[in-house]
Amino acid sequence: MNVNERIKEQLENNPVVLYMKGTPDFPQCGFSGQTVQVLNACGAKYMHVNIFEDPELREALKIYSNWPTYPQLYVGGELVGGCDIVTDLYQKGELKAMLSAAGGVEN
Amino acid sequence: MTSETIKRLLNEAFSPELLEIIDNSAAHAGHAGARSGGGHYHVTIVAESFDGKSLVQRHQLIYKALGDMMKHEIHALGINALSPSEENTGNH
Repeated sequence: MNVNERIKEQLENNPVVLYMKGTPDFPQCGFSGQTVQVLNACGAKYMHVNIFEDPELREALKIYSNWPTYPQLYVGGELVGGCDIVTDLYQKGELKAMLSAAGGVEN
Repeated sequence: MTSETIKRLLNEAFSPELLEIIDNSAAHAGHAGARSGGGHYHVTIVAESFDGKSLVQRHQLIYKALGDMMKHEIHALGINALSPSEENTGNH
C-alpha cells in the first residue's frame, strides 16, 4: 500500500483523525497540544498519527490536503483545519456537533 | 526579514484592505518545533477574496500564496482571514 492509500484508509476507517506532532499524552508542539485539549474537552474519540514517526506520510499529507502545517484534524474524512480553526469552532460551540455527527464522540 | 516577505506575498496575492503581521518567534525560541529555525507568525488579513469561503479554504489560499516559505521560514502561522463585510460587522 502506498502512502496515499494509507492516508485514505485511515480517513475512511476513522471518523476523527488527528495528525499531530507527538502523542496526545506527550504532544511535542504547543499547537498539537492545544488541539488535543480541545478535542478532549468535547469528549472526542479519535485516532492520532504522530507524524514524527512517519516521515513519508508527513510530507505526503501536506500535498494531499494542500495544507503545509501540523496539526491537521479530519472529521468524516474531510480536513477541518489546524489548531486555530479547531479552537475557533470549539469556542463557537460548533466543534462538538461536528464530531457527534461523524460518530466521533464518547457516549 | 521574513515578516516583510510575508507581507509582500500576501499584498501581491490578495490586495488586502487590511494586513497585519505579528512576529511571535521570540516567544517560541527553544521549543521542539522551533529547532528547525522556522518562525511563528500571526496574520490578520481582510480581503475580498475570502468572501463566501470556508475557514479551511481561506487558510489554503494563504498557504498557497506563501508557497515554499511554509517549508522553511515559517514554522507556524496563526491566521485571522476576513472578508470586508465581516470586518465591518465586527465578526472576529
